[in-house]
Amino acid sequence: MSILVKNLSKHYHNQKAVDAISFEVKPGRILGFLGPNGAGKSTTMRMLTGYLEPTSGHAEIAGRNILTEAIEAKKYTGYLPENTPLYTDMYIKEFLNFVGQAYGMKNLTHRIDEVIKMVGLTPEQHKKIGMLSKGYRQRVGLAQAIIHNPDVLILDEPTSGLDPNQLVEIRALIKALGKNKTVIISTHIMQEVEAICNDIIIINKGKIVANDSLEGIKKSNNNNSLEAIFRKLTA
Amino acid sequence: MYAVFRRELFSFLSSMVAYITIGIFLLVSGLLLWFFPDTSILDYGYADLGGFFSLVPYLFMFLIPAITMRSFAEERREGTYELLITRPITIWQIIIAKYLASLVLILFSLIPTLVYVYSLSKLGFPEGNVDSGAIIGSYIGLFLLGATFTSIGLFSSALTKNQVVAFVICAALCAFAFLGFDYSSQVISLQNIEGFITNLGINQHYNSISRGVLDSRDLIYFITASCLFLFFTKLVIGGKR
Repeated sequence: MSILVKNLSKHYHNQKAVDAISFEVKPGRILGFLGPNGAGKSTTMRMLTGYLEPTSGHAEIAGRNILTEAIEAKKYTGYLPENTPLYTDMYIKEFLNFVGQAYGMKNLTHRIDEVIKMVGLTPEQHKKIGMLSKGYRQRVGLAQAIIHNPDVLILDEPTSGLDPNQLVEIRALIKALGKNKTVIISTHIMQEVEAICNDIIIINKGKIVANDSLEGIKKSNNNNSLEAIFRKLTA
Repeated sequence: MYAVFRRELFSFLSSMVAYITIGIFLLVSGLLLWFFPDTSILDYGYADLGGFFSLVPYLFMFLIPAITMRSFAEERREGTYELLITRPITIWQIIIAKYLASLVLILFSLIPTLVYVYSLSKLGFPEGNVDSGAIIGSYIGLFLLGATFTSIGLFSSALTKNQVVAFVICAALCAFAFLGFDYSSQVISLQNIEGFITNLGINQHYNSISRGVLDSRDLIYFITASCLFLFFTKLVIGGKR
């Protein structure tokens, strides 16, 4: 089991941002994490990556407890935060080198070239991150998430702000990565879910309202469109 | 941890922060030490760096907050802190890496002032007739003082996302730690514990090291003060999760 979440909760004072959710994701599956804004998607992802501390509950990444073996768990996780924060004063290669070193990697030059090619950054590779357009920044964000070849990828709205051409490329990349990794992506675009996800979790007000495979969720909702299902469950 | 340290030092060097703060520090200390008649060694007539060493703490009160104010405040505002904390490194490693990077910068600002020592020893009569013990002690004192101010700076930067607020908090805390205890001890109702209160201040320990006597109590004082504020930084940063 690559990701295992059990009764994970995050409370802010008396507001329950995430309320005792449980789910699992198997290797080679891409999980679409859906929900209205403020439903607790980012909060859940932030807890899994070790940025936020859960109020209660238990979670494992690649068999490592995120609380007691946090450092180990982080080594197996690649994370693209929402809005893609990056060090804009660094050059792309410099930044990827920094990230690789933070994971304790050696002989990075080759791996950096490989990753740059994978995410399609080759034409821009000598630029400063601050000079890049939104789409290319997103690719740098993806590159830093996969540089250490993690088992688990957690991508928070990886395709927001991309143009249609970039969308297709990034989706293809995520799909390719998902073949031998466990991927969680959050998104608001339903076509994207249909295009790349194997499993779907819909979360509303901190609670899971649907957790099934893409085919399963459609079957149990009279083959409605995903958008209709989403609206029915979260309205 | 080494990666974070390198990245931090790099950002000082690429963002001009380093050059501007060190440049202004050297300019002001140079002008006051050699040029302005009121404080100039040449007008003073004695080959003594005492004036320089009593001046630098005041410059550090502005220089160090300027160096440290962005360390956590900017990362949290830009969201890059999320990028940092989700790496397989502990909060302590992040804090220590940032602390050491700032310390290196302070060391860089102190090294060029060794020229003053050289000039002074040439001015002495006979040549080289300077109190080297006091000078070495004073440099150690300055470095320890800088280390303490830096830990205060990291703590201030952790408190807020706003760099200006971090700067002001740090400058105020440094000023209080350096002078505040001396002044408070003068308050009439506190005079029976005056010695105890002045002992809490940085000034007392700094002066004691500056005399060239390296007392373990002073050393322990500076190390404790630095660790205390680094610990506070950890509390603030860790508590915001």
